[in-house]
Amino acid sequence: MQMTMIEALNSALALELERDRRVVVFGEDIGANGGVFRVTEHLQNKFGEERVFDTPLAESGIIGTSIGMAIYGLRPIVEIQFAGFLFVCMNQLVSQAARIRFRSAGAYTCPLVVRAPYGGGVRTPELHSDSLEAVFLQTPGFKIVVPSNPYDAKGLLASAVEDPDPVLFLENIKLYRSFRAETPTEHYSIPLGKANVVQEGTDVSIFAYGAMVNVALEAAKQAQQETGTSVEVIDLRTVWPLDEDAIAASVEKTGRAIIVHEAPRAGGIGAEITAVINERCFYSLLKPIGRVTGYDTPYPVPGQEDYYLPTPAKVMTALREIMEL
Amino acid sequence: MAIQTDPGLVPYQILDAGGNLVGKMPGISAERMLSLYRSMQVGRVFSNKIIALQRQGRATTFGSLVGQEATAVGLAAPMQPQDWLATSYREIASLIVKGVPIPTLAYSFRGFTPENWPAETHCLPVQIVIGTQMLHAVGLAMAAKIAGDPAVAVGVCGDGATSEGDFNEALNFAGVFQAPVVLVVQNNGWAISVPRSKQSAASTFAARGEGFGVPARLVDGNDILAVYDTMSKAIENARAGNGPTLVETLTYRIGAHTTADDPTRYRDAAEVEAWRARDPIARFQKFLIARDLLAEQRVQQLIEEVEEEINEAVRIAESMPPMAPDSFFDYVAATLSPRQQAQRADLLRYINQVIQ
Repeated sequence: MQMTMIEALNSALALELERDRRVVVFGEDIGANGGVFRVTEHLQNKFGEERVFDTPLAESGIIGTSIGMAIYGLRPIVEIQFAGFLFVCMNQLVSQAARIRFRSAGAYTCPLVVRAPYGGGVRTPELHSDSLEAVFLQTPGFKIVVPSNPYDAKGLLASAVEDPDPVLFLENIKLYRSFRAETPTEHYSIPLGKANVVQEGTDVSIFAYGAMVNVALEAAKQAQQETGTSVEVIDLRTVWPLDEDAIAASVEKTGRAIIVHEAPRAGGIGAEITAVINERCFYSLLKPIGRVTGYDTPYPVPGQEDYYLPTPAKVMTALREIMEL
Repeated sequence: MAIQTDPGLVPYQILDAGGNLVGKMPGISAERMLSLYRSMQVGRVFSNKIIALQRQGRATTFGSLVGQEATAVGLAAPMQPQDWLATSYREIASLIVKGVPIPTLAYSFRGFTPENWPAETHCLPVQIVIGTQMLHAVGLAMAAKIAGDPAVAVGVCGDGATSEGDFNEALNFAGVFQAPVVLVVQNNGWAISVPRSKQSAASTFAARGEGFGVPARLVDGNDILAVYDTMSKAIENARAGNGPTLVETLTYRIGAHTTADDPTRYRDAAEVEAWRARDPIARFQKFLIARDLLAEQRVQQLIEEVEEEINEAVRIAESMPPMAPDSFFDYVAATLSPRQQAQRADLLRYINQVIQ
């Protein structure tokens, strides 16, 4: 069935609620309203207010109580309305959810999925577009998943719910309704921690995730047409832990790498991928690694955001430079 | 239990500071009272023992619970095995009462994570960020309600924690979801060096309940019978489906905040002495002796038995092997990423080649 990412996520949530009595879904405005983006639409009607419910407007309260529920044995899937509000519950996420297994030497665990919309390009107010994934790289115990299309979103969310540890599931706002893709109505899962080679190529590897996968693909198409460059595009799918084998295998093949993400450059996923390439396949590199990212500034206001975000043209510039064209 | 949102300013008391019965006796057997008395002694002896070990370099930082035994024991004693307990670091005696073996706790104060933490006791290991565990307690209670289980959760924090957002969010969630939870504020007068008066302008912390629609109780926290009675009623009230209760226990931290703290820098010795006169163990002991439930000559013998029990627990803990040096990789997640596996292998090479 052709689904938007919203519909694919909604389908995944409904299937998880149906499959597993332990699953509960909660957050702000996710009940009758179906979430501000409608990801949880109709779920409360179908599964009842006991398993799908609105909470008071308190992010730390949402994550803190979900930790208790996960320890108890439920499988909470909670929504933080925008990733920009994750800082409000950082203590519960970083110091608590990610450490329950560690602190108790495995006596207790925290199988929790935190869903949060992120990403720019849709003219939102301040702190609705920020990409915070790299903030969590120094939080051992968390997995971070960022799907790039409806099919992946559904399969990855199923795996996140089945994962025995906390997963941060970041959903790109611009991708929510921008296109439909063939997505099975039944349950399926896509493994966490595995990247996806979206397009094979031989000259240069582009690593991207979320909305930047399509940006990379567009640039790749243009590069092929205009310069005959063969670009390999790799969708990381899970940004933490990184699929280092896939990164190294691709760079060993192409000898060139460009990383594309919306988040600021400093200490970002791109920096980490660069370090992985240095450690694993430095001598395969023919050229310095390129990064096309957000700038090291706060995410700008709607009137300026188009300048901030990576675009196919910005990726093309990086491609020309790395290919010496 | 009638809904009472404003508990007033007079703490509930059954025994006065002299150990005289001034309230209605709760339904509690003599045997049970002696067991509470012994648990209070266990808490005090354990606390003093770990502090002594810390002075000898044999234990890590520890927060004394001396003076707070009535609250620590009284809040946990009425709990059922299926009930959950989420505490701060000050309630080690509560964990002992709930069934965490003393050697396990002693091992943790050697600076290791016990790998046999008894999950079935439903005691969350101590977490450090002030007030944070109150939300965990509410979440556990919400889960029990969703699952339809007759389980209650108890969350405990200190007076300082009431200033944290999480404490207030916990009360709010507890009220909104009518969670079967009892939230206990162990008001010991001091948050390290900051006195109660600088924590809140409100006359009681129990009054906080009213703003969240949560019934509250103000209790003499050095009166074991009052704490036990209040907690029994609040826990069973929650179990019966009548929602949460906030309990403030008035007590006093006789010792330093932790082994790293020097309270003479910020508080008056006279204040400490005034509270020593309200010692919770001495108070209950007077009551038990006056009622012929405990013989005066038995007290010293009982303390020696408890000391021997604690010494034996410490011997067991000290004879347990230290954690393997690389075992901090074991519980990060159910499975290690390839990178973590490689890092662990690196560490083991370092240990084998460089250290040994």
